[in-house]
Amino acid sequence: MIEQHIASAFDRDLESIQAMLMKMGGLVETAILDGAKSLGDRDVELAEQVRAGDAAIDALEEQVNEEATRVIALRAPTASDLRTVMTVIKISANLERCGDYAKNLAKRTTVLVDATPVEGGDVSIQRMAREVQLMLKDALDAYIQRDAELAQQVILRDEDVDKLYNAVFRQLLTYMMEDPSNITTCMHLHFIAKNMERMGDHVTSIAEQVVYLVTGHMPDDNRPKQETTNFTAEEA
Amino acid sequence: MNDMRTIERTTQMDEIKISATGVQVYYGDTHAIKDVSVNIEDKTVTAFIGPSGCGKSTFLRCLNRMNDTIDICRVEGDIILDGEDIYHPKVDPVQLRAKVGMVFQKPNPFPKSIYDNVAYGPRIHGLAKTKADLDVIVEKSLRRGAIWDEVKDRLDQPGTGLSGGQQQRLCIARAVATEPEVLLMDEPCSALDPIATAQVEELIDELRQSYSVVIVTHSMQQAARVSQKTAFFHLGNLVEFGETGQIFTNPQDSRTESYITGRIG
Repeated sequence: MIEQHIASAFDRDLESIQAMLMKMGGLVETAILDGAKSLGDRDVELAEQVRAGDAAIDALEEQVNEEATRVIALRAPTASDLRTVMTVIKISANLERCGDYAKNLAKRTTVLVDATPVEGGDVSIQRMAREVQLMLKDALDAYIQRDAELAQQVILRDEDVDKLYNAVFRQLLTYMMEDPSNITTCMHLHFIAKNMERMGDHVTSIAEQVVYLVTGHMPDDNRPKQETTNFTAEEA
Repeated sequence: MNDMRTIERTTQMDEIKISATGVQVYYGDTHAIKDVSVNIEDKTVTAFIGPSGCGKSTFLRCLNRMNDTIDICRVEGDIILDGEDIYHPKVDPVQLRAKVGMVFQKPNPFPKSIYDNVAYGPRIHGLAKTKADLDVIVEKSLRRGAIWDEVKDRLDQPGTGLSGGQQQRLCIARAVATEPEVLLMDEPCSALDPIATAQVEELIDELRQSYSVVIVTHSMQQAARVSQKTAFFHLGNLVEFGETGQIFTNPQDSRTESYITGRIG
């Protein structure tokens, strides 16, 4: 924000809401990374931490919404201030969903510890997790720096996550057809991959909110869609 | 989805009522209005906003030649009302002001009865042939001013005895009594409490069905609430003019943004 409000308390209000949002984003990034790590290392303790950590994310979302509602009621924000408040509310909802998916991942880790390992099953999922976390980091950076261009790049990168998901889908399908005893493990891994793909969509939505915040317009929805497993299923 | 007018109180027509082109106003050596061009639509509330001294009231007063009363004031450019140049030498300012009514910041009822306040305009313009005609005009105007029910039993009492909000609605009734086509309002609510303000704003929205309303206001929230079009003035320039929803969510000029968000600009 270049210029300050005449009412400095208004600036402080907006800053504190955005600080909460960034704190939330940081927690979600950690949850994604730790969740993926717990899966890779079959680390039940870390998985438990991720599951417990989701409560803090949920609490922050509630706090962000409460504060945003107060700002609307007390300060009647307009123009970029209004867009800031509106996007904060939407982004916090996206982050909360991402937190839920990370929690679900950790939950499945605790189940997978006892299941038959499937060789190579985790590798693509780890890549997806890294990619989604990097996208989220860039989307949040774009938010703080009011960088619509960076946000546009994030939107395009969702394609990569979709492609990774397609690959995981085919791979897991193959394992399950090869050996039915893989099914339990592969089903859990598939849900995890699907959740990662969904996280990518939420991060994309965050990036779209950044574009709206900066430009006042939602980006055109003409990006290529790469999630093609509905066709894959027919082939299979 | 991006068309905000779907949630706006849409304007029913885009017919232009007043067309101002290249308007310049000077007070002696001071250049108060700098080359302002704007089209004011019929059956629409247009709000003028901007910091003190930005020229919004000056420009408003050009629209019914109220600036004629100030000796050192000079107006250039064209202001066309329904295809006629209002500054043409043949135009009678008194007739013009019957067509372009005005409501001021402070309610200013005449020191006469409520009835006579409203009947004054129709009388001097000869709009009523009989007392019965005049009664009809007075009742209709007071109803339009949303004050009939409150004053119908005391029409002979002085207008100055009403509350501030009632006085202002009486002034609006007085302004509409001459069947104007345009209603200019210079800060009509700044002397009123929030309830009276809400009543006047509701009235403005009703008046929009019949008139073109132009309102100058310091309250940006009021501009947002009552208008369909907003014009932002700054240092004598018309900086931005657009649909009210767009001005308040996504202004195109950084000066507009600074002003409406309460930043130093």
